[in-house]
Amino acid sequence: MPSTQTIRRIIKPTLFVACALPLLWVVCAALQMGGATLGANPVEKIQDTFGQWGLRFIVITLAVTPLRDWFNLPWLVHLRRMLGLYAFFYVLLHFLTWLLLDQGLYWAGVLEDIGKRPFITIGFAALVMLIPLAVTSTNKMMRRLGRRWKTLHRLIYVISLLAVWHYYWQVKADITEPLIYLAIVLVLLGWRAWKARPRQLAAAPARES
Amino acid sequence: MLIPRPRPGDSAGIRPSEITSESVYWNRRKLLQAALAAGVTGIGTAWVREAGAVTDLKVQPNPKYSLSDPPNSYEDITTYNNFYEFGLDKGAPAENSGRFKPAPWTVTVKGEAEVTGTFALEDILKPHTIEERVYRLRCVEAWSMVIPWDGIPLADVLKRFKPTSKAKYVAFKTVLRPSEMPGQRSNVLDWPYVEGLRIDEAMHPLSLLAVGLYGKTLPNQNGAPLRLVVPWKYGFKGIKSIVEIRFTEKQPPSTWNISAPHEYGFYANVNPNVDHPRWSQARERRIGAGLFGSRVPTLMFNGYEEEVASLYRGMDLKKFY
Repeated sequence: MPSTQTIRRIIKPTLFVACALPLLWVVCAALQMGGATLGANPVEKIQDTFGQWGLRFIVITLAVTPLRDWFNLPWLVHLRRMLGLYAFFYVLLHFLTWLLLDQGLYWAGVLEDIGKRPFITIGFAALVMLIPLAVTSTNKMMRRLGRRWKTLHRLIYVISLLAVWHYYWQVKADITEPLIYLAIVLVLLGWRAWKARPRQLAAAPARES
Repeated sequence: MLIPRPRPGDSAGIRPSEITSESVYWNRRKLLQAALAAGVTGIGTAWVREAGAVTDLKVQPNPKYSLSDPPNSYEDITTYNNFYEFGLDKGAPAENSGRFKPAPWTVTVKGEAEVTGTFALEDILKPHTIEERVYRLRCVEAWSMVIPWDGIPLADVLKRFKPTSKAKYVAFKTVLRPSEMPGQRSNVLDWPYVEGLRIDEAMHPLSLLAVGLYGKTLPNQNGAPLRLVVPWKYGFKGIKSIVEIRFTEKQPPSTWNISAPHEYGFYANVNPNVDHPRWSQARERRIGAGLFGSRVPTLMFNGYEEEVASLYRGMDLKKFY
């Protein structure tokens, strides 16, 4: 296990920079630097890139606990907050790209979409649910909320399902990729359910008739 | 309004290829660079072969059917489009269509017509003048472009096959070549792609059989060598790489309608008042407007209402979407 020093001085800063790379890529492409390009439909490209990374970081965050258990890596938990905050960050950028660049703050369209288009409704719901998780991510909040903190942060289970659903619903024909995300999320959630199963039931002897 | 009679200061009389010759020029530069790279590294030859297939066309501008909006760049038109036969991303057709061979080409004409059989593409095109028309293209995904197509009025071609009184519809089919069209190796859609029009839609003067864009033959990714352009309908009605035309008495099937009947109808007329079940069709993003270009309102029948509304008089367009 890496020392607390190593985690704090090396692993965390490295991870912080690595997680910012998708944003860096978008910025470079927007400025047409380093050969990166946003193509013919730059708004769509930015929106899709942020959305995709938002979903990926949600899944990565969700994977921390199972990976810790499977590979006996207790220190991974120290990285979870940063990963979760990056998930929120990219989802927020995804939303802001839609609001500012795609819709151009055309409120009639924005409100109608959130209210009437189920895939946007659930995407928006997932974003709203991420807000309290981001707000309560500080040590102080963890202490203040105590046990309730854990209950509150279980919202990420719902959020991950909504995020995959949001993706699945906007695909036109090829649903392979959303289904891959769904499979991963189900494994990660299934593992938790398995871990939390009532033990005595599993151990109970078969009743004779 | 949208099909303008030429007005003072209107650019409709100028060939778009003259306006944008610079982008074409730069495109050629890229091809040359690619050819050079291919020679050195031995990769990318397929792409160069495809690019080499694009040749100049002799075209006659038709200002009557040309928008005055500035057309999209050749690069945008040829690198951002849907052609699922070559992959799902909008960049995939340009990337994956290098191995496709659009020549030689034949088209089979079948069904309720006096003249049927298999014809060489050159023979179909020979008697016609190729017109240049600048049309708006509205994708069902709510983005749009302005494209200078080169083609022949569909009606002029269809009439030569002498459709009978039983010919109420025209069905089209795309070539099936999984070895050259990698997208056809997956089953996201029912291959080959099929589309259809009611005979009066097909005979409408706006319906075009396109063989080129920007004064050049169609690149593979845009539906070489022959595709349909129906500007008042969503882009997916514009079937590409056509190998079969069939006159039918009954409404023929269409691929997207088979795939998702509640989302894509047979008519697929551009209509800002009838939303896609999952997204709004009221506004569209104009490709080329840049990062801060906001969406613009979508027009009824894509702006061709004056010309085509009479085709649908009395029809409930919410039902026949």
